[in-house]
Amino acid sequence: MSYILVFAPLFGFLTTIFFGKLLGDRLSQILTSSLVLISSLISFYYFYGFVFNNYQPFKHLIFNWVTSEELVLNWSIYIDQLTSIMLVIINFISLLVHIYSIEYMNHDNSKPRFMSYLSLFTFAMIMLVSADNFLQLFFGWEGVGLASYLLIGFWYNKDSANKAAIKAFIVNRVGDFGLAIGIFLIYKYFGSLNYSDVFENINSLSSYKINILNINGNLLSFITFFLFIGAMGKSAQIFLHTWLPDAMEGPTPVSALIHAATMVTAGIFLVVRCSPLFENSVIILNFITIIGASTALYAATVALVQNDIKRVIAYSTCSQLGYMFVATGLGAYHIAIFHLFTHAFFKALLFLGAGSVIHSLSDEQDMRKMGGLWKKIPFTYVFMIIGTLAITGFPFLSGYYSKDAIIEATYYSQNKYAGYAVFTCVFTAILTSIYSWRLIIKTFHGNFQNSNLNFDNIKDSGLCIFIPLFVLAIGALFCGMVFRDVLVGDNYINYWKNSIFYSEIYSLKHPPIWFIVLTPLLSTLAIPLSIYLFLKNKKIINDLKTRHEPLYKFLLNKWYFDEFYSFLLVNPIKKIGNYLWQIGDVFIIDGFGPNGFAKITRFFSNQAVKFQSGYLYHYAFVMLIFLSIFLTIVLI
Amino acid sequence: MIDIGLGHYLGLSSVIFTIGVVGIFLNRKNVIVLLMSIELILIAVNINLVSFSVYLQDIAGQVFTMFVLTVAAAEAAIGLAILVVFFRNKGSIHVDDINSLKG
Repeated sequence: MSYILVFAPLFGFLTTIFFGKLLGDRLSQILTSSLVLISSLISFYYFYGFVFNNYQPFKHLIFNWVTSEELVLNWSIYIDQLTSIMLVIINFISLLVHIYSIEYMNHDNSKPRFMSYLSLFTFAMIMLVSADNFLQLFFGWEGVGLASYLLIGFWYNKDSANKAAIKAFIVNRVGDFGLAIGIFLIYKYFGSLNYSDVFENINSLSSYKINILNINGNLLSFITFFLFIGAMGKSAQIFLHTWLPDAMEGPTPVSALIHAATMVTAGIFLVVRCSPLFENSVIILNFITIIGASTALYAATVALVQNDIKRVIAYSTCSQLGYMFVATGLGAYHIAIFHLFTHAFFKALLFLGAGSVIHSLSDEQDMRKMGGLWKKIPFTYVFMIIGTLAITGFPFLSGYYSKDAIIEATYYSQNKYAGYAVFTCVFTAILTSIYSWRLIIKTFHGNFQNSNLNFDNIKDSGLCIFIPLFVLAIGALFCGMVFRDVLVGDNYINYWKNSIFYSEIYSLKHPPIWFIVLTPLLSTLAIPLSIYLFLKNKKIINDLKTRHEPLYKFLLNKWYFDEFYSFLLVNPIKKIGNYLWQIGDVFIIDGFGPNGFAKITRFFSNQAVKFQSGYLYHYAFVMLIFLSIFLTIVLI
Repeated sequence: MIDIGLGHYLGLSSVIFTIGVVGIFLNRKNVIVLLMSIELILIAVNINLVSFSVYLQDIAGQVFTMFVLTVAAAEAAIGLAILVVFFRNKGSIHVDDINSLKG
């Protein structure tokens, strides 16, 4: 059964990419969707088994992949508690996105291609989470990167989409380089890449010191640092986040599936999967906490002033990923996964809702050109409200349970930087609430601002968009409540068992009541505040904008990260590249290499051509001359 | 009277051969002259063969001459036939016009 789970999306991908034209649009949409449906049913079955039937982790071998002396790597399907919950998220969201795309892409000319890329992504993501060794994980990691590249650049005749795709790919390369180094180090010192071998031998190497670039340090710290660099790239943490907002150039279902619910959480998965390694290096855990908290805060401040509806949600994703990393940094891995789980629902809901808005407005993404839409697209409005309530942590919705679990974890943590984490997490929660409601108000309330579209013609989207939104809304409303006890409740260890390693039993103390109430209260209070600021009295905002012009510009330009990178890295590298191209390649290598030889050959052949006069007596003369010479030589 | 010996025959044949070869090079007029020059070269060879045959008292040289004559006749016939076809195509048998091999 696990084979079907893995290979159904691959089969869908191969069939539609090669025979898409033959199958036609409708058939390839149905084929890929139903194959992913099969996968998601199987993953639900496994998840159910792990929750209620006490399944044991199991491993199915597909084949022996690499064998080189003592390096033996299998391509296998390893499913434990952690993998099973990831599989549910991946396959289920992927299924909904497949269905959603049927309608969302109905104006597009290459639907089979789109569907096949989605299936490819699903397959690669399943590879990533079901790996039992680091190499297969890396394979899946690169596979999702490839699918992400293909899907961001799906509208390849749009220049900005191509640029965004390249940017995503290159920024990810930085992270992947880190991950690769981490894997090399693991192989060098552990002599194996299988999870089980590595995790069993940690104790013997936990105080081993190595020296890299004259920096002395603990081996495990180095390994986890490089692994975390990989995770930062994939999960768009601060410094390597620049690709995520640009990735919004892709079609909206892609943003929902890849850049909100699944691929960007691969970093979290990596850290949680390697929890035995991370638990042994406190420095890196502190580092993760700081990076996560900074990202959460940074992304939230930027999201406050963005005008593109998808960019706001993208920054919000960035910020929520920051929360998850804070949780892992504090050693609360199960809470990070729980937040990942609930986040997948409400963020996919927000993205798909935003997609529905964009679809209704004929591909308009600028919030300044929206407004007053709630009368026209009431269903989308309701779903977006649900998603927003969930993300802001409104009591008893899914975001409330998971996000507050993280904030509570920060309160009692022994981590050196927990104070910073507490402050940023609470503050970010307030900011989250403000920017999320700003999005709702700007989009759905006030006056309609777009003169290019006739307000009366705007229609809500059809059934294929409605169903995924509805299902996700149910998830956003209830999945926190339903799964809280299983995943992060008092007996959380009953579910997770050995799939996550805790160096000490994670404390289950609850913080004082005022602290528990604080965040939901503040983020709820932010609702009337933002209604007042963005709807009733816009003067205050405009006042603030003009009075703090530099700050506003600073936030609007995303803290000038892109400009900084172009100045520091992109432009110098471009110059070096140009130099090497013009001087090194065109002048030296081509000039003396192929082109030079071609020139010499042409010169000599031009000379040789003159020899062929075409007159019979010339040929006869030459023949005679050489005959005489030949005879002379032979006779003498 | 001088005795006419082998040397004279060989001298004659080399003179004829040279005339043939020079005819090929210096001829700028038409292809028939070329054919005639080739005939001259063959004749020179034949004289050589016959004179050596007599000198060495070996009949094989004269037999060989008969073959050469036969081949020469056939060659002349084919050459002339080609010439006729060539003339039909080009409208000229002037040697300077035959330069389609020019590179």
